[in-house]
Amino acid sequence: MDRRTFLKTAGAGVAGAACISTVADARPNLEPAPEAVGMLYDSTLCVGCKACVTACKEVNDMTPVDRGDGHIYDSALDLSGDTLNVIKVYSDGTAAVKDSEENGFAFEKRSCMHCVDPGCVSVCPVTAMRRDPLTGIVTHHPDACIGCRTCMVGCPYNVPQFEYDNAFGRIHKCQMCNQEGLERINKGGMTACAEVCPTGATLFGPRSMLMEEAKRRMELKSGDNYNFPRGDISKPESYHEKELEADYQNHIWGEKEAGGTNVLHISAIPFDKLGMPPLEDRSYASVSEGVQHTLYKYMALPAAAMAGLTYVVKRNKDNHDGEE
Amino acid sequence: MQGDFDALEKRLGISRRDFLKYCTGIAATLGLSTSEAIAMAEAVAKPKKRPVVIWLHGQECTGPTETMLRSEHPTLERLILEMVSLEYHQTLDAGAGHQVEHLKELSMKENAGKYLLVVEGSIPTRDGGVYCKIAGKTMLAHTVEAAENAAAIIAFGSCASWGGVQSSGPNPTGAVGAQAVLPGKTVVNIPGCPPNPYNFLATVMHFLTFGTLPELDSQNRPKFAYGRLIHENCERRPHFDAGRFAKEFGDEGHKKGYCLYKLGCKGPETYSNCPAVEFNDVGGGTWPVGVGHPCFGCTEQGVGFTKPLFSLAEVQTHTPPNAFPSIAQREDTPGMSAGAAAVAGAAVGAAVGAAAVVSTRLGKSDSDSET
Repeated sequence: MDRRTFLKTAGAGVAGAACISTVADARPNLEPAPEAVGMLYDSTLCVGCKACVTACKEVNDMTPVDRGDGHIYDSALDLSGDTLNVIKVYSDGTAAVKDSEENGFAFEKRSCMHCVDPGCVSVCPVTAMRRDPLTGIVTHHPDACIGCRTCMVGCPYNVPQFEYDNAFGRIHKCQMCNQEGLERINKGGMTACAEVCPTGATLFGPRSMLMEEAKRRMELKSGDNYNFPRGDISKPESYHEKELEADYQNHIWGEKEAGGTNVLHISAIPFDKLGMPPLEDRSYASVSEGVQHTLYKYMALPAAAMAGLTYVVKRNKDNHDGEE
Repeated sequence: MQGDFDALEKRLGISRRDFLKYCTGIAATLGLSTSEAIAMAEAVAKPKKRPVVIWLHGQECTGPTETMLRSEHPTLERLILEMVSLEYHQTLDAGAGHQVEHLKELSMKENAGKYLLVVEGSIPTRDGGVYCKIAGKTMLAHTVEAAENAAAIIAFGSCASWGGVQSSGPNPTGAVGAQAVLPGKTVVNIPGCPPNPYNFLATVMHFLTFGTLPELDSQNRPKFAYGRLIHENCERRPHFDAGRFAKEFGDEGHKKGYCLYKLGCKGPETYSNCPAVEFNDVGGGTWPVGVGHPCFGCTEQGVGFTKPLFSLAEVQTHTPPNAFPSIAQREDTPGMSAGAAAVAGAAVGAAVGAAAVVSTRLGKSDSDSET
């Protein structure tokens, strides 16, 4: 290839990419499902009892993680094929004060955020990841899964996990206790983690109600007393009154991040400290789907590629004929 | 030493065996060794003179005395008749009125610098302390006066420790604990409502045996008794860790003995040895949480009588095995380690290099053979 052809090709490529990126805006973020359910995790209420971790393992029939270091308790470090929910800790300096960024500590729950516009569902080539059209719950269907693990790459929160230590391993993720065979939500129940949470730090309910609750808490100031519901916000099993010891960050994680999530988090310290990834409002799924769908519209790109290849082959053949 | 114990057997009306058992028990409460238990036994068996105790009562319900009356080892009469010389105690004194007040003053003068002062009940300070008067003198004046020449001062019960229930808002009498009116003096606090008699007895025995006070925490409570959270030694702790909570009194979980945290148990923020020592010497989990009522934090200033009974406690510490992964920690998947990757990379590199060398050699030999 001479310099001239190279530059020409490169120029065409750039123009094509520009064209694609403008067309890619065509698909907006998905909207929350009509009866979206989710959870609200309030880091300031969490006392680190890990009842949610234990309950999750029980309900999903998963074995405790044994690190072989003498711990007789489940000691998962992060999500894995054996852990769908884990409580982690942020700590700084002396870690003396709860919910303080400096010389303090704060708890954070790691589990599937149940994105409104889920990346894992978008990237799955065989529709083994599905977003429930009614509740918005993101479920995984191992009968369809081919084990390509693209969902693990497509998730900004590092949620879907593969059982690497199992010859017949499969993908595991939180399915809000609504997977086939359990279906707690369909039966009118709530997630196991929200059910056992003693402080209401994990609260279950319709996304809209949880969002309202989160916004109400944003208005509170330290020193205020507030009646915190426990269990399911649409029918709380009980309340407990507590005086706020730290101001909330004015940020509801999951309101907008990458199109929003059904599991919302609020906290007294910034979310980047709690390990949340930097995300734009635009969902990755909407961008990548825009690109992909534009490329294949009316089979235009394959047709163009076919034409190009045919031309190159023909020219090469002609050249060969000339040489002989 | 055998002779000492024989004399003691006669004096206390207690067998040598029972006596040593008692001393070992008290030593165990303090976390001391068997040899120190023997030292304790000797201290009681051949006392220089029975130590004098002056016991004051302020604003209170006499709970600490009541709890003392129910102690079994030793029983109260053995303690006050054989081990210490209780020279002034409003509830137990046989005499009354000016007679006992006079004896108290005499005793304090005679034993200056040697007697043990026990304060029970809070001390009102508002309006010059007029809200609690004994023999025409305020409790405040009595306390300051008695503390002047005391060898050691013990505040027995939550009221004497920091003011207790009287000091909770609105506190019309300005009730405070003994320490607050005795600046510069070391007051050992044995809070509790009621306090555990053995925490008191063990402190007294420590003082009699070694002549010093046991190690104290930042609130001047003996560390052997108030060193750990109730939550850490609670027999219901496994239910907390497993997320099994009683949700209301009398429900399924409550009947099964589940954790009482959701009912407002203050164990996670209250330092005391209740789950280990229990109450009333009957065993079988006889302490508030053991019998199904949430702890209300009576040994903890700012918790007992201050926080609402059924509000949730702040979990103070997380002790092993409860550990948390940090935010950035990842589960290590059984994949290729960095070392293995380096070795594999080197192997691939070597193979590529060898192939390149071989191919040039081949080319060279081709051209060599052609020429």
